[in-house]
Amino acid sequence: MRQVRTGGEDELASVVQFESVGLRYGTGAEVLRDLDFTLSKGAFYFLTGASGAGKTSLLKLLYLAQRPTRGRISLFGEDLAHAPRETLPQFRRRIGVVFQDFRLIRHLSAYDNVALPLRIAGRGEAEINSAVREMLDWVGLGDRAGARPATLSGGEQQRVAIARAVVTQPDLLVADEPTGNVDSEMAKRLLHLFDALNGFGTTVVVATHDLGLIASNPGAQLMRLDSGALVDPTGALKNPPRLSPIEGRP
Amino acid sequence: MTFDRIRIPGSESRLLPAEKLHGPTVAVTAIMTFAMIVVAAAGLALANAASIVTAGTESKLVVQVPAASAARLPGAVAAVRAIKGVRAVTSVSEEEMRETLERWLGSAAASKDLPVPSLLTVEIEPRANASTVGAGIRKAIPEAGVSAQSAQLKPLVRSIRGLEWLALSLVFLMSTATAAAIVLAARGALDTHRSTVEIMHGIGATDIQVTRLFERKIAVDAIAGALAGLAAAVVVLLLLGGAIAAAAGDLIAGAPLGIGDLLILAAIPVAAVILAVAVAHITLLKALRATL
Repeated sequence: MRQVRTGGEDELASVVQFESVGLRYGTGAEVLRDLDFTLSKGAFYFLTGASGAGKTSLLKLLYLAQRPTRGRISLFGEDLAHAPRETLPQFRRRIGVVFQDFRLIRHLSAYDNVALPLRIAGRGEAEINSAVREMLDWVGLGDRAGARPATLSGGEQQRVAIARAVVTQPDLLVADEPTGNVDSEMAKRLLHLFDALNGFGTTVVVATHDLGLIASNPGAQLMRLDSGALVDPTGALKNPPRLSPIEGRP
Repeated sequence: MTFDRIRIPGSESRLLPAEKLHGPTVAVTAIMTFAMIVVAAAGLALANAASIVTAGTESKLVVQVPAASAARLPGAVAAVRAIKGVRAVTSVSEEEMRETLERWLGSAAASKDLPVPSLLTVEIEPRANASTVGAGIRKAIPEAGVSAQSAQLKPLVRSIRGLEWLALSLVFLMSTATAAAIVLAARGALDTHRSTVEIMHGIGATDIQVTRLFERKIAVDAIAGALAGLAAAVVVLLLLGGAIAAAAGDLIAGAPLGIGDLLILAAIPVAAVILAVAVAHITLLKALRATL
């Protein structure tokens, strides 16, 4: 079994728990069925599968953009499958999301897009300024802070979206094909960023087709969706093994 | 409360694109505010006129003394003055009546073939019974016709009261139309910026945070519209006011609108803005709650 990125006792706590979860849109067939898994705090997961296998639907359940049609989803210890919608924002603030289509607000600058989650969370402007500047520098866009999305390349927009997702240092980071629009060098850099965030205790879930990306991070768990059902090739989604911290991790 | 909703941090206000005042909210609020003020002013002026008319006639009786008895007028006046409950008697002689009628009838008014009665206006004591006084007058001048002045003006007053209710109903209908237009504008704004709303929701914005952004825009538009409507209404009322006052002045004493009425009219634009923001708030929250 491959070594997984788990640390001490509290890193083994589950962040996400799916029990018999199914999802269908309208009256159509189930796009996700019988999902049973647990994601551990501070672990790194790749989600893969063929197009149409249900990756994006599973991510939507993870970042609370969709409710399951059956089953139970527990996030940060709370059952959210049937939670009142008024309670959802506080949980969404603990989740960073990198959308496949970036979803930047087009009339806001890169700076303001990255600052958005902090402003929504009510942080002070001084704190926002330092966090946003640091994050833009981290993704190599420190000199493009005032640029609007339309003037940025696809890769730059992707990096702004990633900076926005991680600026709050979320407990759970969900990324849908985050390296789909960047070159291999930038892909490595972004993965390093996710890795660093993961090192601070963030649970990371990255949906990708990029086998090279998966291979570059051997410590990660692999989740594979096949026609809406989950395959667990690394065998640690239900009972994460207690292993020593990986090399180089505190 | 409304103005608190307008004052949101600049950083939040940038979440929706900065646009010039536009769209249906400004135009609808301006037109409706203008119409509501003008209609309400008309209604208030009518109410004042009705009050003045009724106040002046409630304690008065009109006595018509036939032309054939004109010679007995001085004695009749003395007899009526002597009746218990009568405070004052004013007589309008046949000659004065003919002079008045001359405006409409010309020289024919002077013709003796035209029977013109003399009139007595009898003002009764506040606590006196009008029927008892009327009976006393009929006893003193059997050939005289006696009627309450208020009864003569009753159809006119009833018509004025009807117009007041019509004005009030129109103001209510216009408020409803304004609210309906705001509902459509709020839903339209939400549809236009749906992607921004989805992003904000996705990263943890509450419905109230999203609603405040749109409320602010609608409040600013509504304030601009209400001010424009108020300005237009003031111009129209000032232009018409002189003519109205002149026309009313011949019939009733006093200004058609008092200070209280002007305060009511001034409150209409404020009420329109509060209505717009409240309706937008409810509409937006309801629409957002339909999403996850």
